[in-house]
Amino acid sequence: MASDHVNQTMRTEMSRVKGLGAAKSGTEHFWQHRITAIANIPLAIAFIAIVISLQGKSREAVLHTLSQPLVAILMLLFVCSGLFHMRLGMQVIIEDYVHGEATKIAALIANTFFAILVGVMCVYALLRIGFGAI
Amino acid sequence: MVELTLPKNSRMVPGKTWPKPAAHDGKALGKLTEFRIYRWNPDDGGQPRIDTYFVDRADCGPMILDGLIWIKSKIDPTLTFRRSCREGICGSCSMNIDGTNTLACTKGMDEVDGVIKIYPLPHMPVIKDLVPDLTRFYAQHASIEPWLQTTTPEPEKEWKQSRDDREKIDGLYECILCACCSTACPSYWWNSDKFLGPAVLLQAYRWLIDSRDENKGERLDNLEDPFRLYRCHTIMNCANTCPKGLNPARAIAEIKKMMVVRQI
Repeated sequence: MASDHVNQTMRTEMSRVKGLGAAKSGTEHFWQHRITAIANIPLAIAFIAIVISLQGKSREAVLHTLSQPLVAILMLLFVCSGLFHMRLGMQVIIEDYVHGEATKIAALIANTFFAILVGVMCVYALLRIGFGAI
Repeated sequence: MVELTLPKNSRMVPGKTWPKPAAHDGKALGKLTEFRIYRWNPDDGGQPRIDTYFVDRADCGPMILDGLIWIKSKIDPTLTFRRSCREGICGSCSMNIDGTNTLACTKGMDEVDGVIKIYPLPHMPVIKDLVPDLTRFYAQHASIEPWLQTTTPEPEKEWKQSRDDREKIDGLYECILCACCSTACPSYWWNSDKFLGPAVLLQAYRWLIDSRDENKGERLDNLEDPFRLYRCHTIMNCANTCPKGLNPARAIAEIKKMMVVRQI
């Protein structure tokens, strides 16, 4: 049956295993994932503490707190480190589970675009608040 | 994408329940242990099924492999499985027993509560019954060049190794390549076309850590790949299932450490 047809090839198993060779990369990704994970521990704690401290506060009070240099810098660091970590992690998940080449490439591009878009929006908002434009 | 519909051969149909053994030659029948075993024959065109057998424990050795051999010689000679040394050193009789990959020869029937359910190693092509196709697994092992590589001219007698350096191979050289760990690894299930899997990476580390080997850089180059090495997510199924009590996940973590160390 045509629908059952699997692309036949007479390559040896060794030829398949060696494939196109080692990519000579992956360590950078692995190492950056670990570093951002370490950075995210204090940054996430700071982020949660800031959010809790702003519970029930007025809009003006929230904007005032977020425009404090220390708070603004911590929030910016958390956004950058968190989103970088998220993009790296999501890339691993896509590579694990998405096996169609075209779908995989599309998903990897979308993953990068999404992380950068969310990151730029967050940084833009934080800078506007920090510099008193809101 | 993730394959959600299983291939045609994955649909199980009810199997045959073979008659219970009868007492014979004046020997009393012992306790009966029930085996439910995956059966699939590529030649009969049928679907895989689970056959049920009853093993007379008074007439049979204590290990699961003894039970399988007893079934093959006393009940059903068509039951197909690999076996050789029957003492946990050849790695031939690896299969999924009671939900865990292990060696049939070192797992006792009494270690399983109730019915003994046996399947081939998971997620490998099945050749027949409990015999998986390990061709790719062996090619992956060959790809890491599992032998001593040196450029220094060979010494007259032997390559020397200190006692301390020799100890670094403990927990690695014992691997018998039974493939229990690799076929228990979800990353290997999804990406075994590129990911080398825990057994082969443990073997790779065995040569990376060998003080006599002079090819560490090339070995690391050959592994530095998002798929070959970095598909390991420390799931630890490999260490849990290894019938020799080894820890491939630790060996893989050590390789990752070497990769970082040579960069920073």
